[in-house]
Amino acid sequence: MSLLEMFSFPFIQRALVAGVLVSLCAALLGVPLVLKRYSMIGDGLSHVSFGALAMAAALGFTPLYFSIPVVVAAAFLLLRVADSPRWNSDAAIAVVSASSLALGVLVISKTSGMTTDVDNYMFGSVLAMSKADVGLSVVLCAAVLALFLLFYHRIFAVTFDEGFSRATGMRVERYNALLAILTALTIVLGMRMMGAMLISSLVIFPALTAMRLFQSFLGVTLCAAVTSVGCFCAGLAVSFSWSTPVGATVVAANLALFLLACGLAALRGRRGR
Amino acid sequence: MEQTDLIVCRDLSLGYEGQSVLSHLNLRVRSGDYLCLVGDNGSGKSTLLRGLLGLLPPLAGSIQRAAELERGAVGYLPQQTRAQRDFPATVEEVVLSGCLNQKGLRFFYTAAQRSRALMNMGKLGVLELRAKSYRDLSGGQQQRVLLARALCAASRLLILDEPVTGLDPAAAQDLYKTLNYLNKKEGMAVVMVTHDLRPALRDAGAVLHIGHGGSFLGTPAEYLASPYGKRFKEAAE
Repeated sequence: MSLLEMFSFPFIQRALVAGVLVSLCAALLGVPLVLKRYSMIGDGLSHVSFGALAMAAALGFTPLYFSIPVVVAAAFLLLRVADSPRWNSDAAIAVVSASSLALGVLVISKTSGMTTDVDNYMFGSVLAMSKADVGLSVVLCAAVLALFLLFYHRIFAVTFDEGFSRATGMRVERYNALLAILTALTIVLGMRMMGAMLISSLVIFPALTAMRLFQSFLGVTLCAAVTSVGCFCAGLAVSFSWSTPVGATVVAANLALFLLACGLAALRGRRGR
Repeated sequence: MEQTDLIVCRDLSLGYEGQSVLSHLNLRVRSGDYLCLVGDNGSGKSTLLRGLLGLLPPLAGSIQRAAELERGAVGYLPQQTRAQRDFPATVEEVVLSGCLNQKGLRFFYTAAQRSRALMNMGKLGVLELRAKSYRDLSGGQQQRVLLARALCAASRLLILDEPVTGLDPAAAQDLYKTLNYLNKKEGMAVVMVTHDLRPALRDAGAVLHIGHGGSFLGTPAEYLASPYGKRFKEAAE
């Protein structure tokens, strides 16, 4: 079956549109998150969204309507924990992650049983995107892009130096909260296709790859966006042709590109010396 | 408050959650002043800086700030953070971020902001580095870039938090020369927290020592003669 044929399937069309948009958002948000050393928050949120999804299924709620508020609340909590000098933040985030995961598994085992549901939640499914999800992805992506363009310089300033930004009168907490909310939304939307275990790589990998290749913040941001969308498309195509799980394939594509970028950076470093 | 006053603290107490770290402090920073804050670790130097920057409300007493220092007009050089060391940003991006004012949301900086950034990069000798990545610079160059950013934010008062930490002696010397130039030639008021006493006593007009036992404010000569300063006298000579 050729690659062109794959687009004749409506579920692939939905996966492509939603996936490209979610990858784009994740990459843009990932640059400040990774640079601020908040990568673990993305990972923690994906575990919370797994728990939330399991609860929603058990209680009979529409998954998105239930998990969005829960994960947004968790984002605020994790951000607080990460910034608090009194907490051992990475330990606290690890505890929240494991607890939500355990809660989710417990709820599933008592209701629908450990069936394909768990597998789909954990590792994603290309069939997961409904029409409503695609609609929501479009709205979310528009919001992330608009906020990024509007606040680009402020996001840079806050990411680079919170202390200075505060001293010059910026409301740093607001930007951090905005970042957390948008990340939470991106993760909730992306996790059913990518899988709870794998979605955080969509946030982290593109930024890491771009940081190896570019020297400026603008360059890193643009490169992360392009990298992320490219890897998603490549991953989806490979997953379709070889019938591999889409989430894992996209992560593998990101990993390959990251290693390539590391190699390039090392080569350039040697030539520069 | 007089015309030349930038910051006036009266009987000021600062602290966190009702616990005062610093109490009954009287301090006046005028335009063109050069004030060094010295003292032991944990004595409240950083707390005082946060208060002067307007980030910490007083527990008692008052901090008055000149109208031109309203939030958003202080040139602040914070301590470097761990995250900044491998931050991918060009020198120009960093310096320009000092020009952000609270008003207006624009994707592009205005021509006036750009020329302000260029001027300050020139003043601190980092203009030729402007396309370079911040993470590839030496410690001394990084401090000068951050100082250029601080100058973009304010033209009357610079507040510096241990600016020479991690610099080699030559780079530290260079930074002190720059600060002295800005202070003497451009009338910039400088308030600096430092552990490095020698330059403090050479360039500064006043020294504020904060200790657990009490505080001392005076000229460097008075400071050396005081019980607080005596133990540093040999080090300074």
